[in-house]
Amino acid sequence: MTADHLAAQLTPIEVAVEINGSARRVAVPAHRTLLDALRDDLGLTGTKKCCADGECGACTVYLDGRTVNACLVLCAEVEGRTVTTIEGLSADGPTDLQQEFVAAGAVQCGVCIPGQVMAAEALLRCNRDADETEIRDVMSGNLCRCAGYQRIVAAIQATASRRRAEA
Amino acid sequence: MSGIQHDGTGSVGKPIARYGGIDRACGAQRYLADLTFAESAHVAFATVPVGRAEILAIDTTPALALPGVIDAVSVEDLPDPSKRVGISHRDRPLLASGTVNFHGEPVVAVVAESADLARAAADVVVIEHRPLPGAYDLDGALAPGAPLVQDPTVRPGDPLADSNVLETADYAWGDADTAEPAADLVVERTYTFPMVTHFPIEPGGVVAAPADDGGVAVYSPVQHPYLLQRILADVIDLPLSKVRVVAPDPGGGFGGKQTPRYEPLLALLALRTGRTCRLILSLEETFQLMRRSGCRIEARSGFTRNGELVFHRLTADFLIGAYADVAPRVMTKGSYVGAGPYRIPNVRINARAVLTNTTPSCAFRGFGAPQVSWATESQLDAAGRELGIDALEMRRRNLVDKDEAFIRGEHEARADGRWHESLEKAAALIGWDRPTGPYQGRGIAVGIKPGATSGLSQSLVRLLYDGSAIAYAGTSDMGQGARTLWKQILADELGVDPDLVTIISGDTDAVPFDLQTSASRSTVFMGTAVLEACRDIRRRVLDLYADATGIDPDSVEDKPGHLVGPDGALPLVEAAQVALGGLRGEFVGQGTCRLRGVKGHPLGGDAAFYEFNCTAIEVEIDPDTGEVQLTRHVTVGDVGTELNPAQVVSQDEGAAIMGLGHSLMEQVLLDDEGRIRNLGALDYRIPTFNDVATNLVSASVENHDGPGPYGCKGISEGALLCTAGALGGAVADAIGIQITELPLTAERIWTAMQTADAEI
Repeated sequence: MTADHLAAQLTPIEVAVEINGSARRVAVPAHRTLLDALRDDLGLTGTKKCCADGECGACTVYLDGRTVNACLVLCAEVEGRTVTTIEGLSADGPTDLQQEFVAAGAVQCGVCIPGQVMAAEALLRCNRDADETEIRDVMSGNLCRCAGYQRIVAAIQATASRRRAEA
Repeated sequence: MSGIQHDGTGSVGKPIARYGGIDRACGAQRYLADLTFAESAHVAFATVPVGRAEILAIDTTPALALPGVIDAVSVEDLPDPSKRVGISHRDRPLLASGTVNFHGEPVVAVVAESADLARAAADVVVIEHRPLPGAYDLDGALAPGAPLVQDPTVRPGDPLADSNVLETADYAWGDADTAEPAADLVVERTYTFPMVTHFPIEPGGVVAAPADDGGVAVYSPVQHPYLLQRILADVIDLPLSKVRVVAPDPGGGFGGKQTPRYEPLLALLALRTGRTCRLILSLEETFQLMRRSGCRIEARSGFTRNGELVFHRLTADFLIGAYADVAPRVMTKGSYVGAGPYRIPNVRINARAVLTNTTPSCAFRGFGAPQVSWATESQLDAAGRELGIDALEMRRRNLVDKDEAFIRGEHEARADGRWHESLEKAAALIGWDRPTGPYQGRGIAVGIKPGATSGLSQSLVRLLYDGSAIAYAGTSDMGQGARTLWKQILADELGVDPDLVTIISGDTDAVPFDLQTSASRSTVFMGTAVLEACRDIRRRVLDLYADATGIDPDSVEDKPGHLVGPDGALPLVEAAQVALGGLRGEFVGQGTCRLRGVKGHPLGGDAAFYEFNCTAIEVEIDPDTGEVQLTRHVTVGDVGTELNPAQVVSQDEGAAIMGLGHSLMEQVLLDDEGRIRNLGALDYRIPTFNDVATNLVSASVENHDGPGPYGCKGISEGALLCTAGALGGAVADAIGIQITELPLTAERIWTAMQTADAEI
């Protein structure tokens, strides 16, 4: 690799994106993932990085309202789109779901938890009536090495039943 | 240590929400990789893609020619290239020296202005190398003429230096050789346990910053900040006071983040470049940093026709890596309890730690006990099947009673709990006597692990004038929830609002010494230190209160949260305010817990407590695919006292599921040249929401008989000690075939069923 070649690789491109309701501009090299851009360029470190392979779910965010692994999306791809991160979800303080996670004992080391919360919130928004099998299926892309799986399922079920009652 | 009973009216014993839980749920908790450092430089490693190679030449000029590259360092560039570090054996160079000894061992460290640049520059470093034959498994390492993983010059004076055996441990009582004729049945099998990796969701890293006073500050999510401080001081030749270790809460440790590895190198890079140097690891790099030792156990056991153990002989070879790390102690401690919690008159255990050209194995939840337990538990089941005695009854007949020795001889160990209660509770919870259908099976197993054997934990507690309080406690809070317990103890002992308690940890400049966060020691050791610090405060409040009011100090007694005098009970905070008077102030208490070692003891001392667990598992096997479905999974721990029931359950379920990992699916696979074939999350699978039993039950037995505060014991490892034995028993029960190799993958089970069918 020559210095010129490297310089070309690292030449930043401008990306305009709406993040957590605010218009943001960021200049990143073409290879920069959305995950790295969020964490390193935009200072939004609530989204966590583990496998960077799309297997663990720690970096789950919403892109135009749908869950994605931010490690599998290039920052350049989000031009003109909307991104919601755990910081956006928690902007008005902890949600009922986040409180249930803590109350249920689902939070241990905590690194996977922002991704778990994002995935669970997305599930609850589209199906508050999901049974345990459906919850486990939907959540199976989010790994927890502390293995709080039972507690996470309990937190999701408790939130679902509260929201059903309030609806 | 204190062992008082608690009356249950306070915070202790309640499922208080985790300290820092909401921050974690909202993404606000700052782990190492979330911290920012002004003007920091970034580090990446260059290595060679083989398990063992001779380094012929290193050319860093292509890297240094790139703009923004600050430095490129090989071992020869370090102040003392011959420096090797380690806990028991000082055998690991700071960068590969002369040879690369395992896949991924760093050869060159590149420092650059950005992480992108550092990676790109590391990729153009030229490392001329010649692949060498390596030892990648036990047979390869133990064969005559096997390549030596460590040059004998690294092991001066070691009689085993001409072999790949790093250390041995031998235990015996009775006479396991001559006892054989007394047995009605002899069972002989060989069991294997795979290499597995910790897979923390936070891969981690290191940041090192030069300090103005010539010292250094090192940020690392390490479980043992004070050990790291000691090693850094030694490598850089600085007084401890000039080495500051900041340890952000580890995002999962499981033993993998105990020992210092890249920290000394990063500190030297920081001092050499004058820059803050930041290394953030990928998950793949953690596979090359930490793992559990594999193990092969040859077992020969004799039983009476009633199923009672007559003798038990084990030869356990632990497949450790290229450097010692703490693997020799894993081997020593794991095989010490190799015969299990049983009444066996004649035992012989011979264990070896065998070096191979693989990732150095280290501590991993269970610390060697799960490997040997797999063999011993499976032996009981194998005998039971031949004798027509079921697995539960086999345990009933052999498990020791409280205070009965299960390790005999000079350094005997006696049961410190009523372990039969856990066995019976697990059997009841799984519904042991319910009939099973075709391809359904049930297994039950027990496991023990010695807790910590020695070491100092200290704590300082400050009771502030307004009734808030701060505790300084060096335990790393890596998911077990240590801070929550300290908060509960302060709340009860000082009578303060738990929400007004702050816990400071993870900074050697601010927090007093704690030996380490390992072996499920913290609740017992640090918990006692925190408790003692609170009681120290109570005594100081009492003395000053008596002095300020003129009351006879002997007429006042300090109780949890109160001073009790002739006029009744006064809340401690009020008494403190009266004592301090108008100019205000605060009370500082100190607490210490120290367990002395025992000279000549194979573990360095008697265990402060034993973790005991009984696991029962029910499975259904798909006969067409061999796939295992867990229908029920029960774990019962002998916990002493639950200080926080929610956290006990979280830890216990977590251990149970982690145990399923090595039992059901996880294994690090190598190719012929020692490369990890399943390097990363795509190919190395850990349990998900869908791999665990939907019916997972965690329960405990509380007899308040532990040495820690309020009668507690450590509990964080129990539920994975015998997962493999219980699962193996269940699978054998379901298909009628015993499988002796882990993990019990669908492929392995299907193959066993086909082979058995072919033989009929």
